[in-house]
Amino acid sequence: MKCTVCKGPAVIDLARHNAHFCTDHFLRFCRDQVVKAVDEFAMIAPGERVLVAVSGGKDSLALWDLLLELGHEADGLYLGLGIGEYSDESGRYARAFAAARGVRLVEIDLPADHGFDVPTAARATRRVPCSACGLSKRHLFDQAAREGGYDVVATGHNLDDEAAVLFGNVLRWDEAYLARQLPVLAARDGFPRKVKPLVRLSEREMAAYCVVRRIDYQVEECPMAVGNKHLGYKEALNEVELRSPGSKHAFYFGFLARAAERFADAALADGGVLGACERCGAPTTNDVCAFCRLSEKASAHEPVPVPRPRTRR
Amino acid sequence: MELAGPMRVHALLDRLELNRESVLVIRNDELVPGDALLADDDVVEVRPVISGGAVAP
Repeated sequence: MKCTVCKGPAVIDLARHNAHFCTDHFLRFCRDQVVKAVDEFAMIAPGERVLVAVSGGKDSLALWDLLLELGHEADGLYLGLGIGEYSDESGRYARAFAAARGVRLVEIDLPADHGFDVPTAARATRRVPCSACGLSKRHLFDQAAREGGYDVVATGHNLDDEAAVLFGNVLRWDEAYLARQLPVLAARDGFPRKVKPLVRLSEREMAAYCVVRRIDYQVEECPMAVGNKHLGYKEALNEVELRSPGSKHAFYFGFLARAAERFADAALADGGVLGACERCGAPTTNDVCAFCRLSEKASAHEPVPVPRPRTRR
Repeated sequence: MELAGPMRVHALLDRLELNRESVLVIRNDELVPGDALLADDDVVEVRPVISGGAVAP
């Protein structure tokens, strides 16, 4: 198989683009897709400071690497979730990446800094673990961006992530979530702008990027995410993609082009009047923000053991 | 797991009943495309690429 561009030996075939690429042209393809997403959706203006939410997995490390390669001023933010060995290992990958490149990694540790971990928060609040985790991440990313004076928070959500979430939201016709499923969420009332520069790149392409760039990342899946709906949606969409390459892109970008605007009113209806949380000062529509309520319950709960990490097939 | 070669990457994935959208095949730390021929004594890693958990922010 030869590179579509230079006819040298290809290392990857991308059915959805009907293309094969050698190492150099695959890296150029990834950079071009990020530039296109950043420009098309006005994600990052020249000179803006970016805080990259880094988990130690392939997507966030690839994103950080790509933004640095493209000349953006990008620091990393690693959030220790207290998920046993899984968190210990993910932190090591994030630190190793930052140390190798001499870039700044801000660290927040849920157990040390806030007195609880994700497994305990999930049990204490009767949420699924990914919900407790997501709530904590949103709050702490926003807070770190505000306190650090960053213009924008960038996350490693890729095309597969967005297509899978869209699939789930459409299955339930969840208008409020559909209204917010955009590559950019504008800054407002104490919330920083949030951007997803990897929306034009698939999960497989991001893993391949890390292999080609020799970026060590945590391959192991989070033990708390095993069996969640999101993973099931991804598997279902990949079955469709196998038979009809380009389907995930057409689904997500078709939504953005032809349907997203129709849900804008749901976003407006979903928002209440924002004030400041009486405990932490974060913007909230209640007296106490959701994170402080979760933190209070989780801190008072008996610690919950972490499931053993699972090595995936 | 040991399988007899030579075998194309696509054939390997079909044999393992794996979706080629969900994995990468790596030989000696290098990616190999779908039509690459794997030799009988090659050692390859079939790496899953699907991950997912908290949807944030």
